[in-house]
Amino acid sequence: MLDLHNVTVRYANRVTALEGAKASFPKGQFIVLLGPSGAGKSTLLRCLNGLVRPSSGEVRSAEAGNIMSSRTVLRGHRRRTGMIFQQHHLIGRLTALQNVLMGRLSFHGTFRSLLPLPRADRILALEALDRVGLADRALHRADQLSGGQQQRVGIARALAQQPHVILADEPVASLDPATADKVLALLHRICREDGITAVVSLHQVELARRYGDRIYGLAGGRIVFDGVSDMLDAVALDRIYGPVSTAPVKPGQIHAEENPTPLKMAKTA
Amino acid sequence: MSQSQTYATILAEERRGGFRHAALAALVVLVCIAALWITGFFDSRRFVEGIPALAQLASEMVPPDFTRWQAWLKPLLDTLAMSIAGTVLAVILSLPLAILAAPNTSPNMAVCQLARTLLALLRSIPEIILGVIFVAAVGFGALPGVLALALHSVGMVAKFYAEAIEHVDPKPLEAARAAGATPLQVITHSVLPQVFPQLADITLYRWEYHFRASAVLGIVGAGGIGFELMAALRLIAYDQVSAILLSILACVVVVDWLGSRLRKALK
Repeated sequence: MLDLHNVTVRYANRVTALEGAKASFPKGQFIVLLGPSGAGKSTLLRCLNGLVRPSSGEVRSAEAGNIMSSRTVLRGHRRRTGMIFQQHHLIGRLTALQNVLMGRLSFHGTFRSLLPLPRADRILALEALDRVGLADRALHRADQLSGGQQQRVGIARALAQQPHVILADEPVASLDPATADKVLALLHRICREDGITAVVSLHQVELARRYGDRIYGLAGGRIVFDGVSDMLDAVALDRIYGPVSTAPVKPGQIHAEENPTPLKMAKTA
Repeated sequence: MSQSQTYATILAEERRGGFRHAALAALVVLVCIAALWITGFFDSRRFVEGIPALAQLASEMVPPDFTRWQAWLKPLLDTLAMSIAGTVLAVILSLPLAILAAPNTSPNMAVCQLARTLLALLRSIPEIILGVIFVAAVGFGALPGVLALALHSVGMVAKFYAEAIEHVDPKPLEAARAAGATPLQVITHSVLPQVFPQLADITLYRWEYHFRASAVLGIVGAGGIGFELMAALRLIAYDQVSAILLSILACVVVVDWLGSRLRKALK
């Protein structure tokens, strides 16, 4: 269980990325954050693991309370929270296995981690790679894998933490539609099997409908929709995307991913 | 204003620009000539007298006299050891300083500035001066040479390291932070793996440089083949001088070759 209590985030350049956000993420649910570029999805996700510090309001977890209350609490919270990124955030010249082992770093002290991690951690990392179907690629360099494979390594890295929560920031935005669906289905299945709470930001309405137990719609830094996928009708999409974009939208034929959104990358930086 | 007048104004403007460039070029040429004149380059008498002296020297240098080669093996090995030891020391000192001097890994801007100033200071002391100082401090031999090489190199190596670290991809750093890594773990597991090939490159280049530099350091009594070179010069045994220079050249070629092999292997 993870909660946002009236979280507002104002960046140094006076841009308000998130305004008075109230949301709760119950255990084991697959929750989608839906919205256009710049709506505040990345900021909201980064509040959930303290990569972004709220200007006001707080993020509370069942285990830790206010996650920003101390460095130790925050580290413990991050250890239980895996994160998956749009651009994988892997180190290209390390092997898939070495990248996945990053997920085990926080279980060891700084000086212990200068030595090779224990065999138990390596086994865990290999299991994680096996679950995403890449055990045979464990010793390949990350930059030699395809985009879809790299994102699966990213998922494996999060799984290696044995997390309670997985945050995924546009995990399939850099993939082609077919691969995107496969990767998201994999993430969905694993989270279901392990009872992991997932918070996944997407801009594809179709995928949000298919996988979201619950959907939060964001626009202009505010949460403008909160409901199950059946409630995501034309009126709701109007509120999220504005009246223009919903005009051609009919259920079952929405492909937001085919509308290139060039601002996407700048925003997550 | 008619069109032809407009054209005339533009062309006049262009001509003025041309004059400015010509004036600037003339000034640069003048400064260059002045520098040559001040340093005595235009004193033709010295050249006329110098050329036979040079020819004399050159003729005394050939054929190179390698008869004492056994006496040079140990000093050459010393020089090689000095270059490696100096590099090791420089790396050990440079890594933490570079982390402090790179804005993205430095704890704060004040520390970053301080580290950068320290590096500039180390760079600005020539290693031959450091050599003289360390010879006075710890006596003759390879040790003062190593210390001089290392300390001077830190200023250069750490600066290059810091630049490599500064341009690291920030995305894997965010991933490590998100997974709960400590700030030091972010550096050891996300920054360093990314820049390792560049750091290796800088280090190996520096090793090659150290080999050449340690030959020079021998001149101030800091051991190695440079010491032999100086001794041969004092004895006016130019055929030995040329033989030593050729031996150094051979070693430099070998070290360069080894360095480039290692660089490829560490990519």
